[in-house]
Amino acid sequence: MITGTPKPIEEIIEMLEPYDNIIVAGCFGCVTVCRVGGDKEVQILSSTVRLAREAAGKKIKIKEVCLERQCDPEYVELMRPYVEDYQAVLSIACGAGIQFMAEKFSVTPLLPGINTGFLGVTERQGEWAERCQGCGDCVLHLTGGICPVTRCAKSIFHGPCGGSVHGTCEVSKNVTCGWQLIIDRLKSLDQMENYAKLKPYKGWDKSRDGGPRRIIREDMI
Amino acid sequence: MKSGSNLEKVLAAGHFAVTAECGPPRGANPNKVLEKAEHVKGNVDACNVTDNQTSVVRMSSLAGCILVKESGTEPLLQMVVRDRNRIAIQSDLLGASALGVRNLLCLSGDHQKFGDDPQAKNVFDIDSIQLIYLAKMMRDEGIFPSGDKLEGAPKFYIGCAVNPFADPYEIRVARLKLKVDAGADFVQTQCIYNMDIFKQYMEDAKKQGLHERVKILAGVTPLKSAGMAKFMNRMVAGIDIPEDVIKRIADEPKEKQAAKGIEMCIEQIQEVKEMEGIAGAHVMAIEWEEKLNEIIGGAGLLPRPAVEQ
Amino acid sequence: MLPCTGRIEESLLLKAFENGADGVMVIGCLEGDCHYVNGNIRARARVERVYNILDQIKIGPDRVRMYNLSAGEGAKFAAFANEFVDQVIELGPSPINVARKHEVQESPQEVET
Repeated sequence: MITGTPKPIEEIIEMLEPYDNIIVAGCFGCVTVCRVGGDKEVQILSSTVRLAREAAGKKIKIKEVCLERQCDPEYVELMRPYVEDYQAVLSIACGAGIQFMAEKFSVTPLLPGINTGFLGVTERQGEWAERCQGCGDCVLHLTGGICPVTRCAKSIFHGPCGGSVHGTCEVSKNVTCGWQLIIDRLKSLDQMENYAKLKPYKGWDKSRDGGPRRIIREDMI
Repeated sequence: MKSGSNLEKVLAAGHFAVTAECGPPRGANPNKVLEKAEHVKGNVDACNVTDNQTSVVRMSSLAGCILVKESGTEPLLQMVVRDRNRIAIQSDLLGASALGVRNLLCLSGDHQKFGDDPQAKNVFDIDSIQLIYLAKMMRDEGIFPSGDKLEGAPKFYIGCAVNPFADPYEIRVARLKLKVDAGADFVQTQCIYNMDIFKQYMEDAKKQGLHERVKILAGVTPLKSAGMAKFMNRMVAGIDIPEDVIKRIADEPKEKQAAKGIEMCIEQIQEVKEMEGIAGAHVMAIEWEEKLNEIIGGAGLLPRPAVEQ
Repeated sequence: MLPCTGRIEESLLLKAFENGADGVMVIGCLEGDCHYVNGNIRARARVERVYNILDQIKIGPDRVRMYNLSAGEGAKFAAFANEFVDQVIELGPSPINVARKHEVQESPQEVET
């Protein structure tokens, strides 16, 4: 899923300074699952903003909504009938959802209520970790199902570097060395021959370095 | 000759090679490099110039190489892939070769979090092993990685670093083999203090015949004090200083620890010199370049051989 | 009706403040004694989050507090309630109520219902 963290409330209050009638919009997709942008968070954030503003003597009206997904047009369109009745939308969806709404509603300012994080997994309740960088050219079949691009701090293809100590990365004792994981997995899969191969230069043109990406499925259009 | 560098010739002639390193200064003053180069001159076959080591910003490695070269010592360009994409790397290699730099050390580079600018964006477009084969392709085939022909191929004696003490041990030799397969001509090792592990590493490397495919220069660093030994052991990733080595220097009174460190370093060079498959020593006297003559001379490695240029 | 403090959402606590509460006490079963295993532990975590929110927006974190009691501890409940009420009296009316009172005094004709 796409993960995120709430923006500090001070930052949000500052963003909302010019407005006194807004929409707080959540999303029932990834951000609900990682507990940063679902309907419950819409309620908490809205109450928090109202309390902060009223205590400061500057009341604000908030319409609370939560869309099925902010990244699909049919759901975003549901806001069209009323969106212009409000001065701004504070969205707590991921960056993709926020931008999609901004594209659709040209005269309404869209404000981010969360900092979008990464494509990750729930390691346990309340703890998420990155697993994929969407580089566009998956090599997991060669690396024991563990991604060198994401799990190695240097994204190297022939690891580990000299900074790997007792299975941890030089970046932090709290970061597991991705290449240690790859080697452990290759060994348990009896695929160490994959380690011994020289890997070609990675084509980063398939990642974001090639510019904003687009997928077109002719069969579905 | 692949590159015609002095280091390549010394090794090809079967001499025990000696290299050292100069860290460029944290500023634009060329005299800082020239002072260090004076201590290096005559004591080594080539001198590494580090490339923003530990991600601390310093004068560029290439500029340092030119200063070292002008002062009369053959430079060895260290290049990390942390700060350059493949476009910048190719361009810098061409420039370095044009300016007469003939030795290259291909490195990953420490993560930027250790340096001045932990918020910097890193590059890692290619890794250090891919840098080896990129440089080799440009040198031997005279083409860019894109396939286009070069107007004059860069000439480098291509090296890499290995750390026999990093984890996991079982792939350390496998990774050396990858570097040799990629085209490395020589290897400089991380500073060795744990000779037991290093001997095992060399045995494993020899079993695969790697010592015959690549020139291995054993890395040594003189300890200035027991405090430095303890600090390095605890704080520097991939450094392994056994207790008995620390004890040997710690047993000396403080004012004699530096001399003991030099004595131990000399002993160590003499020990590796006798090991099969070791082609030279890489003496990293960190911010202690003035002791290079004493150490290298003490090990009986002076004067350095003159090979036909 | 709340069957368990574990059913209390952060937004419910915040709503209480929006509705004019000067303080909110949450009383759950004794820890380890939850009929739903860990409802009161969840409640504690949520109260803590509200505590931090109230702190950040300068309403005052000490206006919310969690207590744990068993159903048979009537006297203790009374003591806790008195303690919390004293604490809230000392803190004074919440900034929300202060602002509302101010508003009423300034423009008595425009009070919304």
